[in-house]
Amino acid sequence: MSEKPLIKLTQAGYQTTDRWLVRDVSLSVTQGEIVTLIGPNGSGKSTTAKMALGILKPTTGEAFRAPGLKVSYVPQKLMIDWTLPLDVAHFFQLTGRLSIQAQHHAIEATGISHLLDQELRSLSGGEFQRVLIARAIAREPDLLVLDEPVQGVDFSGENELYQLIGTIRDDLQCGILMISHDLHVVMAKTDQVICLNGHVCCSGTPVTVSQTDEFQALFGLRGHADIALYQHHHDHQHSADGSIAHNHHSGCSHD
Amino acid sequence: MDRLLTIITVGAAMIDDFFVRALLAGIGLALMAGPLGCFVIWKRMAYFGDTLSHGALLGIALGLLFELHLELSVFLVCSLIAVTLFLLQRRASISSDALLGILAHASLAIGLVVLSLMTWIRVDLMGLLFGDILAVSHHDLTVIAGTLVITSVLLSLTWRSLFAATVSRELAEAEGLNPQRAEIIFMLLIASVIAVAIKIVGVLLITSLLIIPAATARRISLSPGQMMLVSSIIGVFAVVLGLTGSLNLDTPSGPSIVVASVGLFLISMTPLAHQIRLQFRRRIT
Repeated sequence: MSEKPLIKLTQAGYQTTDRWLVRDVSLSVTQGEIVTLIGPNGSGKSTTAKMALGILKPTTGEAFRAPGLKVSYVPQKLMIDWTLPLDVAHFFQLTGRLSIQAQHHAIEATGISHLLDQELRSLSGGEFQRVLIARAIAREPDLLVLDEPVQGVDFSGENELYQLIGTIRDDLQCGILMISHDLHVVMAKTDQVICLNGHVCCSGTPVTVSQTDEFQALFGLRGHADIALYQHHHDHQHSADGSIAHNHHSGCSHD
Repeated sequence: MDRLLTIITVGAAMIDDFFVRALLAGIGLALMAGPLGCFVIWKRMAYFGDTLSHGALLGIALGLLFELHLELSVFLVCSLIAVTLFLLQRRASISSDALLGILAHASLAIGLVVLSLMTWIRVDLMGLLFGDILAVSHHDLTVIAGTLVITSVLLSLTWRSLFAATVSRELAEAEGLNPQRAEIIFMLLIASVIAVAIKIVGVLLITSLLIIPAATARRISLSPGQMMLVSSIIGVFAVVLGLTGSLNLDTPSGPSIVVASVGLFLISMTPLAHQIRLQFRRRIT
């Protein structure tokens, strides 16, 4: 496993004309590593991901993207208009030609072979997510970015998807950057969790957390090791408008 | 050899016929409008196309005023409007809908006022607004052929970025495509199609040549590439039908072509379209 980062943000911040969307974020994703960004809606997760991908240029700080990095992106939602005749097979080649072999592999891994000639519009939420992920795998990326990958998927499907994401990392040896608004449920396979709320609230490995009683309780309850509880206590409180009210002067340290 | 010479002579003689010139110009136009029109409806830019085509009248007025090449001045004015819109939409202080309405009617009105102030020039306003098959010259044919070649080349180079951005701009950007460049090229292509379309369909109806064949093609197509191709073919049909009607019934060419394409669209709404679609699918599997 190489230690050179695929993407890296150093104290990056992004400011629109009237406010900061996110400030002081540092993160890096290396090959074979899964990094999860969590935080409530509007906490700057997507902005952070966009800076990391080079779509947005940080107002402050630095963004690094390894030269020639091949990225696959699984967007949060995709509205397919009626006017677009787009079936799964054509959707695969959306941003570039893919080898037949890679496509076969991805289709098999995600179990979507029966959907290939379906129009994207006719797919259910779960099927759609699978197709999005299949396309992303078929590109054989260096870095896979997933924005809310389990949104609109029922619970058993959620489990399967998390398992699939773990398998992808093992198969492709790519870095994975995942975005989730769910503050409580994060993948056990995640190497690093970064909690955002306009800034980095806390970060760390979920592994240490996974030995806690809370995790055991969840583990027993849900019956799957792919889901971990990442519990954290803030030393500050977020008021309703998202600004931070510190309890003491120690800043943002976390347990 | 003799036969070839005969064909060339006959061909040259045919191009001397105003109707053949109008047909060729219309067909060239429909071929370009097919794929571009698909993008117009995919990207929900019908009103944008309308705004640019209204701006074309301002282009003509300014072209006559400053004695410029008319197609060129239309292209420049349309491009200017397109780029302005593109930049203003990023700011988004006014809703783009209102912005389009303001620009469309402002440019149409200013164009008409300027034209009527130039009392020293007699302008066939009906021809400008609704097209005139008598107006297509040899020179126009050359311009249309050139535009067709340029459009084909640029579109085949950028269509993947453009299409990916149509499906999801974020996705296209994240995966290293350059949708912004593709979108600017696309807008310039729309501007150039409008510039060469005025004589055939007229300022007021250009957008319909983009939209109606594309919407018709959607009814029978299974993939984006197929839809672009089918859209061109349907456009060519509409042009041939419309211009023939225009010649025989002495109706203005633009409305005649539009009526023909609406007719084809209505046919596509019948179960017939479904049958064609099934045929396409059967051929694939």
